[in-house]
Parts: sequence; structure tokens; C-alpha cells
Amino acid sequence: MYQIIRQILRTGIKTETPPQPDDTLRSQIQEINAQILHHVGRALAIRHVDAGSCNGCELEIHCLNNAYYNIDGLGIHFVASPRHADMLLVTGPVSRHMEIALKRTYDATPDPKLVVAIGDCGGDGGIFSPSNALGDKCESYASCGKVANVIPVDVAVPGCPPTPVAILQGILTAVSNLKAR
Amino acid sequence: MKLEEFTIKFPRLPGAMPAWHGTVSAEELCALCEEAQRGGGKLLALWGSDETEQNAGYALHVALVTAPGLLVLTLPVSCDKPVFPDLSQIFPAADRMQRGVADMLGLHPGGGGNHRKWLRHAAWPGNIHPLRKSFDGTTRFPTEDDNYPFVPVTGNGVHEIPVGPVHAGTIEPGHFRFSIVGERVLRLEQRLGYTHKGIEKRFEGMVLEQGARLAGRVSGDTTVGYAWAYAQAVESVTHTTPPPRALWLRALFLELERVLNHLGDLGYLGNDAALAFGFTQFWILKEDLLRMNGELFGHRYLMDRIVPGGVACNPDDAGLLRIAGMLCHIEQNVATLKGIYDDHAGVQDRFLTTGRVAPDLAAQLGLTGMAGRASGQAWDVREQFPCVPYDRLDVQMATHRNGDVAARVIVRFEEITESIRLIRLMLEKLPQGEVRCAVGEAAEGRLGIGWVEGWRGEILVALHTGKDNRIHRLHPHDPSWQNWPVLEHAIIGNIVPDFPLINKSFNLSYSGVDL
Repeated sequence: MYQIIRQILRTGIKTETPPQPDDTLRSQIQEINAQILHHVGRALAIRHVDAGSCNGCELEIHCLNNAYYNIDGLGIHFVASPRHADMLLVTGPVSRHMEIALKRTYDATPDPKLVVAIGDCGGDGGIFSPSNALGDKCESYASCGKVANVIPVDVAVPGCPPTPVAILQGILTAVSNLKAR
Repeated sequence: MKLEEFTIKFPRLPGAMPAWHGTVSAEELCALCEEAQRGGGKLLALWGSDETEQNAGYALHVALVTAPGLLVLTLPVSCDKPVFPDLSQIFPAADRMQRGVADMLGLHPGGGGNHRKWLRHAAWPGNIHPLRKSFDGTTRFPTEDDNYPFVPVTGNGVHEIPVGPVHAGTIEPGHFRFSIVGERVLRLEQRLGYTHKGIEKRFEGMVLEQGARLAGRVSGDTTVGYAWAYAQAVESVTHTTPPPRALWLRALFLELERVLNHLGDLGYLGNDAALAFGFTQFWILKEDLLRMNGELFGHRYLMDRIVPGGVACNPDDAGLLRIAGMLCHIEQNVATLKGIYDDHAGVQDRFLTTGRVAPDLAAQLGLTGMAGRASGQAWDVREQFPCVPYDRLDVQMATHRNGDVAARVIVRFEEITESIRLIRLMLEKLPQGEVRCAVGEAAEGRLGIGWVEGWRGEILVALHTGKDNRIHRLHPHDPSWQNWPVLEHAIIGNIVPDFPLINKSFNLSYSGVDL
């Protein structure tokens, strides 16, 4: 126990430092906090669905839980069931084999619900979508392409993978959309 | 592993890795597989290809690890009778690979082998084989019923827990069916293939240079491993030798990727054993390393940093110094945290004897990579078949014989220590000069092999070239093919709540095998 306490004290608080004029990340985090309280009036519960990604986006979603981003401290937490969720965080492209599971997860999420598509693949099918004769991304025998092809999407966050800060921004944008609805 | 002498009569493929390739008959294929197996060798990968455009029917390709190196055997398969010998009798790990070939190409293992579908669910009918050249990859079929024949387990008090494809945590999708009595697991059956997005079909027709980006996204957590293996394969068919500095930087990236993944896993393993402190600590170190990668190399996970012909970034001396500083930071903290994990009775109680795979079972089933080394399977390409720069670094393989979660934790700790030692040597000896050279054109009908010890285990990229410097067929092979079936054995007799811990201790890729 002594060793654990010593290591905790030695590590200190890693969660990004208090607001400074040039600390863009911190000001975003504070804004997220205020937005969540303002629009949802409580904590935000997120259900993550991997609908066919390469697992790169999952790596960055995991990082949101680390001490630097500390999303729990912002009142955002990941939940185990869509029935407990306010928001779905979906990575893609949506494989044909995940199409039904994703639709069912969406249906199981109570209204009003938000959907944030993560990554280049979630946003437009990315590298896994072939291009048609016009050069546009199209679906394939195995992939439905972007998440919006399968369920309604509020916000799409580009990046391969998007950084944790970009994902946080996407969550904020979706939450502030809620008011406009 | 002690490998017996093995004489190869086929020509050697050009390139960085020791690989030979020959065309064989069905009898020769079986005989060579048996000989390799008897001599302590193993099956690395099995894939098929459509050669009908060259009027050569189909082909089955088998990659075996033998004492001199990799032996790739090609068996022509006729269109009239698309059957090949069932190799799962010799190598049990061949089972799912063969079923994948049957789904994707319509080539079937003969005899009484397992004929259930594997990669195909409900998105296309059973008489359609997407990797046939006559199939247009953008064709879409209405969703059918999956009707997968799970193996039923019956008996007094036996019941089933179906889990997934959408899991409770932030992980990839897959279906696990537990047959249990009380809370003890009698049997686990996995159903994967949910993230099948047509990667192999996407590769076909791509220009060699284009394929690098896709190869780096077969399994995002092993992007460096795949990108290097792909680059090796392209460099083999184009007779390219990248500048020395590029090769050393590739190895530096590979070891950074190993450390990153091991840090993340050690954090989650602590967390799954109810020590949230472990998650917090290890993920601070992981984030520190990710931020350094982002600032020095332009990508937190080093995606697209390895390209055919070299690498896409070149750190200066200040950057190298920064890496050295980061290594000290990680080394000190990991040493402290290892002491805490070792002394923590609650954590050790969960880790020890949980999810055990004994060495003889591991050998029989072909358990490979990091998980294999924790069950006495002493395979490591970096040590046994070292390419530049590993031939200059004398890699020390980490092995353990207990085969439980605790052993997989210890191997991870030891591999972090070894990777830090290797990176320090690389920083010290890193050659000066260019980091990228021009890549020539590849002739049609060539085979190129890339073979890299990724953090999870051996990555193979087999590249068959087509016309105009394009890919005719590309098979990326993840070590998870071998290790997923062993996880079904590791859980037997354990309690259901230990499954997340056991699963995490293997940490296998879904995307890498679903393709």
C-alpha cells in the first residue's frame, strides 16, 4: 500500500492544468463541461460501437479515459448498454456484418439520442470504400461505407485516427446540437 | 525453438527475409508439411488465389516456418474440382484459415474436415466467392439469415451465455458463446468475421505504392508491423534495398509500437483485476509516449511512417535525445509499477493460474507470438531470423512456461525492458544518411514476402504481383489467426467473470483476422 501511495504522490495530478490564455485544450474542456450541464443538465453517458473499424479509432477513444483527458472528471462516461446511453460513438466503416447490430443498438438507445461518427472511415467510408467511376466513394459487397448510410449521424469527426481532443470536440459539437433540435 | 535441419530444394526469393518458394503437388504438400511439423516447424499462414485469368485455375499457398527460414508452397487447384488436402490434421491452426479460403474463393479442404463457413455471415450467398476475379467487389446482395451452426453443449444444468457482437467495453465486435454450469465455463465458441470489410478485395488492382496505406490499417494497433511487412514484400518484388538509416528507424518504430501496446495492456490488466491505479499509471506513460511520437514523427501511432523504399520521417539529434529521455522516464516508472503488481496479493490472486495454456497444448495448437512465449513457445523472428538491424542487436527473447495470465504479464514486462535496451542501442548506432530511396517497377507474376515480429506475434504479408505494377493478390496474416482458437481452450474450467481478464491477457485482433 505504501508503494502505491508513494507512486500516486510522485505522479501528481496529470489532468491538464488550469486555464491559461494560450491553453486551447483546457478552455475546450471547460466549455464541454458547461455545455453538458447546459444542454443535458446532467452527466453524459456514451455507448461506443465498433461497426467495423481497423481498431485505430478505438485506441484514441481509450485514451479519453487516461488521466490527461480525464473525461470522467467532465461528467462524461462510457456505459455498457445502449439502454443507458445518451450518445452513440460509432467507428466504421460499417461492415455489412455489423449493419443489423448497429441498427439494433441505435433502436435500443432511448430518445433523445445523439450519434457521433468517429474517424475518416466513419465519416465517409475512408480507405476501405472503393471509388466508383466518378471518383466518389461507394459501398462494397462487405462494407456499407460511412455510418450515416446506416443510422442518422449528428456529427462526424475526421482523422485517422482523430486525436482525443478532436473526439472531445466532436462530442461537444453534438451536445450543443441538441439544443437546436 | 529447436528446429531440425530441413533442406529446401526450391529457389530463394529476393528480399530481406529468408524465404523460399516452390510449386508442389498435393502429395508433396502433405509430405513437406508433415516433415516440417516433425522437425519442430510450424504453419505461419494459408491463403488462396484466383489464377483463372492466366488460365491456371486456382492456387492454395502455405507458408511454413522451418530451420532455414520461411518455405512458401503453392498448390495448383483445378477449376473442375476445387479441393485441396485438409492440413488441419497436421496443423490444427489451419482449420479457420481453410474455412476462410472456402468462403472467399470456393476452394475446399477434402476429407472430413470442418466445413462450416467462417468469414461469411449473411451479406452474400454461399455460392458467391468475393476473391474470385470474376466477382465485382461493389456488387451488393440482400442480407440473408446467418444460420451459423454453433456446436450445442447439453447436459444437466448446462446453459448458454451469448455475448456480442456489441461488447460492454470499448473493444472490437465479435460473438462469444459460453456454455456453462454454474459459473464455470465448459466450452467457449467464438464467432468472428463481424468486421469483415473486404480488405483483401480492396488490395486487388491497387498500385504497389497505394497499398502501403491500406496495409497500415489491417489492424490499427499493429500499423508499424504491417507497414514494415508490406514494405518488405514490395522491396522483394522490386529488388529494392532501402538505405541503412531507414531500416534502423523501422526497427525503432516497431519497438516503440511494442512498448506502447504492452503499456496499454498492463494498465488494462491491472484494471480488470480491480486495481484502477494500474490503469491510471500505465496509461499516463502510454500517453507520454504517444505525444512524443506525435511531435517527433507526426503521428501518435506512427501510421504511414514506413513506406516502400524507406521511412517518411527523419528525426534529428535533438529528437533522438528526447527519445532517450522518454525511455528513462518509462523505465523508472515501469520498474516501480512492476514491484507494485508483484507485491499486490489481490492482483496476483487474479493473475496466477488463470487462463492457463500449458506448453504442450500451446505447441500442439500452434500458439504464437507474445502469448506463445508465455507458454514456452520460444519463437521470435527478431532473434531467429534477424534482418537489419536486429542482426546487430542480439535480441533476447522473453519466455515463460506457466502459460497463465501472470505469465503473459511477466512476458510483457520483460519485453518492455528488452525493447528499451534495443532502442537505446539503435539510438547509439543509428547510421547517418538518406531515409528513402526510389522503388522500381515489379514484374508480373512475382511473389514477395514480408515477415515481421509485431508486438502480438508474427505478421506475414504475401504479395502476388499483377500487370502494370499492380497487386494481383495480397494476403496480410495476423498472429491472431493462430491464437484465437487457443483462447477457447484457455477459458475452459475458469469462471465467466475471469474471461475479460483472460481475453485481455491475449489481446487479439478482430480486424486483423476478419479482413
